[in-house]
Amino acid sequence: MNTWLYVLRKLIYTIPVLLGVCFLIFLLFNVFSPDPASIILGKHATVKQIEEVRNELGLNKPYFLQYLDIVKSAFTFDFGRSWQTKQDIWDMMKQGAVPSMTLTIPGFMISTVFAIIISLVVSFYRGKLLDKGTVILCVALMSIPSLAYILFGQWFFAYKMSWFEISGYESGFPYFIPYIILPVLIWVFLTIGPDVRFFRTIMLDEIYQDYVRTARAKGLSETTILFKHVLKNAMIPIITYVIIQLPFLILGALLLESFFSIPGLGGITISAVYASDLPVIKAMTVLTAVAYIIFSIITDVLYTVVDPRVSLK
Amino acid sequence: MSVAVAEKLVSKESHSQSKSLWNHAWESLVSDKIALISMVIVSIYAIVAILTVTGVIAADWSQEVGASYEAPSAAHIFGTDIFGRSVLLKTIKGTEVAMSVGFVTAIVAVVIGVALGGVAGYFGGKVDDFIVWFYTMFSSIPNIMLLVAITFIMGRGLVAVYMALGLTTWVNLCRLIRAEVIRHKEREYVQAATAIGGGHSRKMIKHILPNVFHIVIIQFSLLFQTAIKSEVILSYLGLGVQGRPSWGTMIDDAKLELARGVWWQLAAASLAMFVVVLAFNLLGDALRDALDPKLKGKS
Repeated sequence: MNTWLYVLRKLIYTIPVLLGVCFLIFLLFNVFSPDPASIILGKHATVKQIEEVRNELGLNKPYFLQYLDIVKSAFTFDFGRSWQTKQDIWDMMKQGAVPSMTLTIPGFMISTVFAIIISLVVSFYRGKLLDKGTVILCVALMSIPSLAYILFGQWFFAYKMSWFEISGYESGFPYFIPYIILPVLIWVFLTIGPDVRFFRTIMLDEIYQDYVRTARAKGLSETTILFKHVLKNAMIPIITYVIIQLPFLILGALLLESFFSIPGLGGITISAVYASDLPVIKAMTVLTAVAYIIFSIITDVLYTVVDPRVSLK
Repeated sequence: MSVAVAEKLVSKESHSQSKSLWNHAWESLVSDKIALISMVIVSIYAIVAILTVTGVIAADWSQEVGASYEAPSAAHIFGTDIFGRSVLLKTIKGTEVAMSVGFVTAIVAVVIGVALGGVAGYFGGKVDDFIVWFYTMFSSIPNIMLLVAITFIMGRGLVAVYMALGLTTWVNLCRLIRAEVIRHKEREYVQAATAIGGGHSRKMIKHILPNVFHIVIIQFSLLFQTAIKSEVILSYLGLGVQGRPSWGTMIDDAKLELARGVWWQLAAASLAMFVVVLAFNLLGDALRDALDPKLKGKS
C-alpha cells in the first residue's frame, strides 16, 4: 500500500481519538470541576457578579456548545484569555515556548546521546561487574524523588558554591546560557537512569538475535558487531522511543522551570495550577494532547519507513 | 459440573508431578540476594506503616520536643522542624501515607488495567477497538494534567491522591495485559476449555488470568514506587495530603528551609523514600527475571 494512503488512514483514525480527548477534557474541566466563577470571585460574591462572570466565561452556554468550543480550540488554538493575567493564552504560549525549548532540547539531546553511548558500552560488557553496577546505579538514580534533585542542586551548587545562577532568565542566544546550565544538568540526571535501562534492554534483545550469531561465526570482532549491526537495528525502537517523548518537551520541564524562574510553558502551567487558572490548564492539556497525537502518527509512519518488515496495515 | 470435575482431575495430577512456574520463580527469588534484601526492606516498611496506623510507634509525632529548627544531634538524629517536632518521628509517621498511597494506587490501577486489558484482548473486534480508543485518549493527555484535573474535582486529601494516581497509571498495564491475552486466547489449553464447555468468564478468569498474572505482579511493584514518588509532586503543587506528615510535604517544606540552612527534613524524607523506592525497583527487576518466561535462559 501507498505510504500517503497510510498517512491519510492514520489521520482519519485520529479523529475519534481527538474528539474523545476533547470530551474527556470537557468532562474534567467543564462538567465535574467546581464552579469556576466562585473560584475567581471568592466566597463573598453576589449572585449578580457570579452570573456576569459565568456569562463572560461562556459557562452559561449549553454543554454541547461548550464542548464544541474545546474541539474548535484544538484546531484554531484560540483558547481565550487567562483568568489570572488576562492575557491571550495563545500569545502566552508562543512567548513561553522558546525559553522552554532552550532548556528541554539541550537537556533531551545530551541525555539521549549519553544514554545511547552508555548502554552500548554496558551491553558490550553484559553480565560483568560494570554492567551490573551501571544498572544498579541507574535504578538508584531513578529512586531519588525529582524534587530532591532540584532542591539539593539549586541549594548546593547555585546557592552555597555559587557555581551557577540561582534562578532567572534572559532571552537572546548567548545570554540565556548561564541560566540553563544547572537546570539542564539536573534534567540529564533525572532522565538518564530510565533511558540507559531501556536502551540496554533493547541492545540486549538484539544481541541474542540470529544475525549476531552469524556475524560472530564469520569472525567479525565484537566492536564491529556492536556498532555496525546491533546499534543499527536497535536504532529503530530507540528512535520511536525518542520521538514519542518530543510532545512532552513542549510542556517543558514543569518543576525545573518553576524553581529556576524560567518563563517557559512549564512555569506558566505551574503558576496556573497554583492560581486555579482553568483556561490555561485546559489550553496546555489540549495543546500537549494534539502534539502527542500528531507525533504518534509521525512515529508510526517512520516506523514503517525504517523497518520494511512492518506492513502498512 | 463436568467442567469442574475435569479440571480437578487435571490439576491433581499436575500438582504431584512437577513444579509450577510460581515455585520456580519463588526459588530463584530467594536465591537472588538483591531480591531477598529488597523483600525484607519492603516488609519492614510495611510493618512500620502498620505500627504507626495502630499507634504503637510515632503516635506522639506532633509533640514539641525541642526548639524550632534544631540541627541534628544525638537526641534528635534528624533534628526538629519549624514547630520543634522531631523530624525522625515525622518521617516514621510518613511511612503510613507513602505505603498506603503506593498500595491503594497500585490496586486501583491493577483493577482497571486488568479488567479493561483482559476484556479487550479476549473479545477483540469492536470491544477491543473501543478500549484501545479509550486508553489512547488517556495516554494522549500528560499525566500531570490529569492529576491536576482529578484533584481539582475530588478536592484535597488522601482519597483524591489515591484516585488521581490510580486513574493516571493504569494504561501501561492495560496495554501489556491486552497484548498477552491476545497471545494466549488461541492456545490449545483455552481451546480445550472451550471443548469441555467452559464459558467466557470461566476461560478468562480460571484459565487465561493465571497465565498472564506474572505481568500484574511485576507491574504492581513498579506502580507502587511510581505512586510514592508522584505523591511528592502532588504535594509540591499543593494538592497532596494534609493534616499529617508525608514525605512529599516534608520535601516540599524544604524549598523554604534550605535557604536558612535547614537540610535535615529534606534529607530524612528523601532517604526514607529512596530506600523503599529502590527496593521496589530492584524487586520489580528480580520479579521480571524470575517470572517472565521469555527471559528464561538469557544472561
